[in-house]
Amino acid sequence: MSHLTPSADRRAADIAAFSRRHRFHWFEALPWLIAVAAYFMFPNYLALGSQILAIILFALSVDLVLGYAGIVTLGHAAFFGVGAYTAGILAANGWGEPISGLLAAAVAAACIGLASGWIILRTTGLTLLMQTLVVAAMLYELANKAYRFTGGADGLQGMSVWPIFGTFRFDMFGNTAYFYCLVVLFFGWLVVRNTVNSSFGRSLTGIRENVGRMHAIGAPVAQRRLVVYALSAALAGIAGALTAQTAQFVGLNVLNLERSGTILVMLIIGGIGRLYGAFIGVPLYMIAQDRFAEADPTYWYFWIGLAMVFIVVFLRGGIFGVVERLLARSRKQ
Amino acid sequence: MADIFSSIISVGFHGLALAMVLYLISVGLSVTMGLMGFINLAHGAFAMLGGYLMTWLMSRYDVPFGLALAGAVIGVVLISVILERLLYRRFYGGDELDQVLMTMGLIFITIASVTYIWGPVTQPMRPPAALSGQIDLGFRSFPTYRTFLIVCGAILVTLLWLALERTRFGAQVRAAVDNLRMAQTIGINTSRLFAATFALGSGLAALGGGLGAEILPITTFYALENLVYFLIVVAVGGLGSIRGPFVAALLVGISDTAFKYIAPEFGAFFIYALTMVLLLWFPRGLFGRT
Repeated sequence: MSHLTPSADRRAADIAAFSRRHRFHWFEALPWLIAVAAYFMFPNYLALGSQILAIILFALSVDLVLGYAGIVTLGHAAFFGVGAYTAGILAANGWGEPISGLLAAAVAAACIGLASGWIILRTTGLTLLMQTLVVAAMLYELANKAYRFTGGADGLQGMSVWPIFGTFRFDMFGNTAYFYCLVVLFFGWLVVRNTVNSSFGRSLTGIRENVGRMHAIGAPVAQRRLVVYALSAALAGIAGALTAQTAQFVGLNVLNLERSGTILVMLIIGGIGRLYGAFIGVPLYMIAQDRFAEADPTYWYFWIGLAMVFIVVFLRGGIFGVVERLLARSRKQ
Repeated sequence: MADIFSSIISVGFHGLALAMVLYLISVGLSVTMGLMGFINLAHGAFAMLGGYLMTWLMSRYDVPFGLALAGAVIGVVLISVILERLLYRRFYGGDELDQVLMTMGLIFITIASVTYIWGPVTQPMRPPAALSGQIDLGFRSFPTYRTFLIVCGAILVTLLWLALERTRFGAQVRAAVDNLRMAQTIGINTSRLFAATFALGSGLAALGGGLGAEILPITTFYALENLVYFLIVVAVGGLGSIRGPFVAALLVGISDTAFKYIAPEFGAFFIYALTMVLLLWFPRGLFGRT
């Protein structure tokens, strides 16, 4: 029976490993150091930089539902868009205070997440995929229809965002916007990191790996899935609001299928369910897009499509997955 | 009163034409999902390719309508067989996310390729002279091409039903959908069956794309823009059957036409809402297996 019950040593090692998961590792400082360094090295690309930071937050929110809770979604743009429109409409109608705009966006997106999640999370597989897609498609049609509030296909114009804390004005070079996005992303990352390392996060992984088992040990599966869905929606809403406030414009494309699809691509390039996939995949994708897509969008689509097929066929687990496998192999030798 | 009656007939007619196109394109998708457990988002790309090949043969080489359509179907079947053997086969019964990403990638590649080959403009669809204009059906006249579309659709539905219910191949497909392992055990070559079914589904999609080019215009983003419709038909109809998607296509085609007639400014909003409600009620679709 000894092979069934782990020895005391082994158990102690497991517990130590679990408690170590929470501690900050030196490499976790890397993305933030790089982000600050990028500010000084590429002063002409700050607008792109702020967009990248906001989209990283969006990718983190998707990683939370997809990588940890295992909910395959093709409609997360719904929450990104709700956040963007909430912050945008507030700023266009006389309330340009950015921080409260972010909070309002988070609340609005979380409400939509709760309401839609409560309905659609009862389903699984293809049906769930369809439901997420349909929710986003409905919101798209609504935003298109409510052109008096959203500007419809022309986009929402006339946003005026006030200085942060009344002092830091959004300048035309994007200095304020960059650090604003960086700080918000940092807090968002802390929330996600704590969530996935908490017992709540562990139970999500359990639900992803074996639902039947989690039901059997009495975990409230439906409730946990709903909570993480709403939390993820709030984060996606904040990401949308960041994009709206820094770009001072919201277009219908914040809600479309392409956005829901490409965020999956960015996440998959970096690696899914790894917390750091977003930090690698999003910059890679968006910098490449900035370089190549402007010149020729057709080729861009071709290469990104080819990259997706290639990653799924050969690079399972994304860049992080490959690095992990290489490390494991070198350790063995 | 006469006005309302006339609008109902008109909505029913155009809805039926749309339903036929949706059915032809989606039925292959439904069978692929039911049989191989594969979420093929790129299925619409086969319909799009069918449309492109057909309009290209017609406008560039003056090939007659019927021949161009046949050429398009054959071309798409060839492409789909190659893709099935090279790519799709690896993912049968695998991870949903991998399937979604791989087929999404194929959509992007197709969009880029057709833009490169045929340019960004919408491809013109000119039905042959015999099928253009109006046809008088006794009580009122209808557009000839759409009438032809409905008749064609009805014939194809019947043929498909006969093929699945009355032939050896159909029996094998039904057996594999019901119980894949058992089908393998009694000696059905499921790998070849998968390839054949996949090719048939893609061919039908190409046929739907070509025939329906007048209703769903052939543009570069066809596969992405119409994807939601195809998926709705499949999810509402239920996987792995050919009757389910037919009922779903009728439902979607007619109600979408009606909604867009009554409240055009809402676009496709109501059809999405209807889908959501239907899927909550029947999570496995109207004719799904439990």
